Amino acid sequence: MRTIIFILRKEFLQILRNKAMIPIIIFLPLVQLLILAHAVTYEIKNINFAVIDLDKTKYSRELISKFSQNKYFTLKDNFDNVELAFDGFKKNEFKLIINIPNNFEKDYLISGKTKLQLLINAEDMSAAGIIYNYTSNIIQQFNGEILIENPKISDFTQEPIIEVTFSNWFNPELNYKTYMVPGILVILVSLIGIFLTSMNITREKELGTIEQINVTPIKKYQFIFGKLFPFWIIGIVELAFGMTAGIIIFNIPLLGNPLLIFLIAAIYLVVVLSIGLFISTITHTQQQAMFIAWFFMMLFVLLGGVFTPVEYMPQWAKVIAFFNPIAHFTRVIRMIMLKGSGFEDVAQTIYILIIYGVVTSTLSVWLYRKRG
Amino acid sequence: MKRFLGFVKKEFYHIFRDYRTLLILFGMPVVQILVFGFAITTEIKDANIAFLDLSKDNVTEEISNKIISSGYFILQQNLESVEQIEKEFKKGTIKEVIIFEPEFARKLEKEHKANIQIIADASDPNLANMLINYTTSIIKNYQKEFKKYSDDLPFIESEVKMIYNPELKSVFMFVPGLMAVILLLISALMTSVSITREKEFGTMEVLLVSPLNPFQIIIGKVIPYILIAFIDAGIILYLARFVFEMPFEGSLILLILQCVLYVITALSLGIFISSLTNNQQIAMMLSLAALMLPTVLLSGYIFPVENMPLLLQLLSNFIPARWFIIIVKSIMLKNSDFSYIWEETLILLGMCAVFILVSVKRFKIRLE
Repeated sequence: MRTIIFILRKEFLQILRNKAMIPIIIFLPLVQLLILAHAVTYEIKNINFAVIDLDKTKYSRELISKFSQNKYFTLKDNFDNVELAFDGFKKNEFKLIINIPNNFEKDYLISGKTKLQLLINAEDMSAAGIIYNYTSNIIQQFNGEILIENPKISDFTQEPIIEVTFSNWFNPELNYKTYMVPGILVILVSLIGIFLTSMNITREKELGTIEQINVTPIKKYQFIFGKLFPFWIIGIVELAFGMTAGIIIFNIPLLGNPLLIFLIAAIYLVVVLSIGLFISTITHTQQQAMFIAWFFMMLFVLLGGVFTPVEYMPQWAKVIAFFNPIAHFTRVIRMIMLKGSGFEDVAQTIYILIIYGVVTSTLSVWLYRKRG
Repeated sequence: MKRFLGFVKKEFYHIFRDYRTLLILFGMPVVQILVFGFAITTEIKDANIAFLDLSKDNVTEEISNKIISSGYFILQQNLESVEQIEKEFKKGTIKEVIIFEPEFARKLEKEHKANIQIIADASDPNLANMLINYTTSIIKNYQKEFKKYSDDLPFIESEVKMIYNPELKSVFMFVPGLMAVILLLISALMTSVSITREKEFGTMEVLLVSPLNPFQIIIGKVIPYILIAFIDAGIILYLARFVFEMPFEGSLILLILQCVLYVITALSLGIFISSLTNNQQIAMMLSLAALMLPTVLLSGYIFPVENMPLLLQLLSNFIPARWFIIIVKSIMLKNSDFSYIWEETLILLGMCAVFILVSVKRFKIRLE
């Protein structure tokens, strides 16, 4: 026990004495949280568009003004032909071209059918999808309005209607930050765990100071415990810090029990720190350690449902997500904070994380060699 | 010159002997592009949903079957009461509940109106929105079949063309960003770490007393990374072109020149960072925090810049990757020639000049 206390003291002293590391450990995550939460958004609030109106009738003008009056759309330009308008696409001046052909109104009044063309810049496919949704909604509305004006249609109200109503639970305003902040917290905690641990041990290897520890009578488990425990504490403190910031700055709800979150975080950190330890056993230099840590982090985050939900992914990616600790922690922290899920709801995930914790820590302790 | 070549050779040995880092350096772009290409889509597949059918007649059954057979949803369970909904949401087993009101079919026939309520778990707002949209449009389609005259109603048909990416593939969007990130990672992060490494070990001193002049040392250090950066860019472009069929419309030479400009900018950034510290860990954290994160988040790589708050949009102007991504997209997808991208190129050139100046000024020939 005394040995552990000594090594702990050494580690804490080493971390706290490094003046440049402390701001990195404390302020960086906060700044990241602030910037990330604002940057990570798929919401689209402003769509610049251009119009090619070859018809120039009452209908075409009405339709265009329906767009320009909508709060999401801004009319940027008018063109006479498609080639000229395409130039604006290339210059990134607008994302949507509404092309209204000749006889737009006439065709509608005579045959009841008319066409217009929507050209969407789909470089960014998710934005293109949203633009299309907004646009077709407006055209639908316009359709409905001119239909009522149309005197020929009388029996159309007699049609049976299936009315669809919907409600969004837990986040009725569909605020994206509410969803992202817990995910970002998970990234921050994991970053600290994986990067700092793996680099801390490889640093001793690289500088040769690990030899000095290896010749002492300290036991393997004591050394590893002494190395990991400070980062475990930093991780927990960071989480508490970040959660408070999220609640105060972004008004993120905390419906569930915060102690449950910390319980899960405590287990989760064991998994993450063991992965960091594992990386340090297979690498020799800090550069290698950092690269491998970066590689794993990136895969875990991308496939873990932090930015794009696991629901969007194909089956094989869902299988991978099952073995991804970040995916589990992200899911339950969101469940507890945003939905108020209780212990029974997340029990299964806790058991899975405990199994991961036991497996990864035994493996990495076993793999660690007290030799040079 | 011979001395210099010898030094470059030493650097190459350094890098190529470290097969772990090398594996990651070449494996990373491959894995990332495969993940982006195959795993990250914006189309819902197999979302778990539940029905709460308070009517249980043939119409509700027909609608339920239509929804399930669409392929977007998997029926997780049939609920019996409204109270169950919150419990199931809290367990996280389902994402959406579709409720049919009692006597659905009878109401539809007698009163010409019946109600379906959709409740989505909006703790993920985007997903909730998508699920509701998908479900609504399936129900609307069903209703169209139901209507007798709907075909005769006048309406405006809109023909949609998705320009530059007709199949809405996510790879098209991610490839330029991925190039920007990987090139920066190798050029800025690797150089800054490898120079601080020599400082931390004290071997920089050995290099500085050698007959090589300091600028030769820096250039020698940088050359292998330039090579690796270009091989990686080649791998990304090759996979994008031949595995994901991303179009390559514009001039290859223009693209290569732009990559050179961007790589030089990134390298000078890396040298600048290495002049700030003697500690590898700090160099790494600085590179990650000050270069990698903004590049991933504020450059339009994953999240469109136009939608960010004004302050972040202003900030993004100072990130080289933002301009580089616009340039790559313009060349690859839009077949733009130089006249469309000269402004972005000029901005990059300006940044490059500033960073080179600053890092040359900060670089110390002597050790303190």
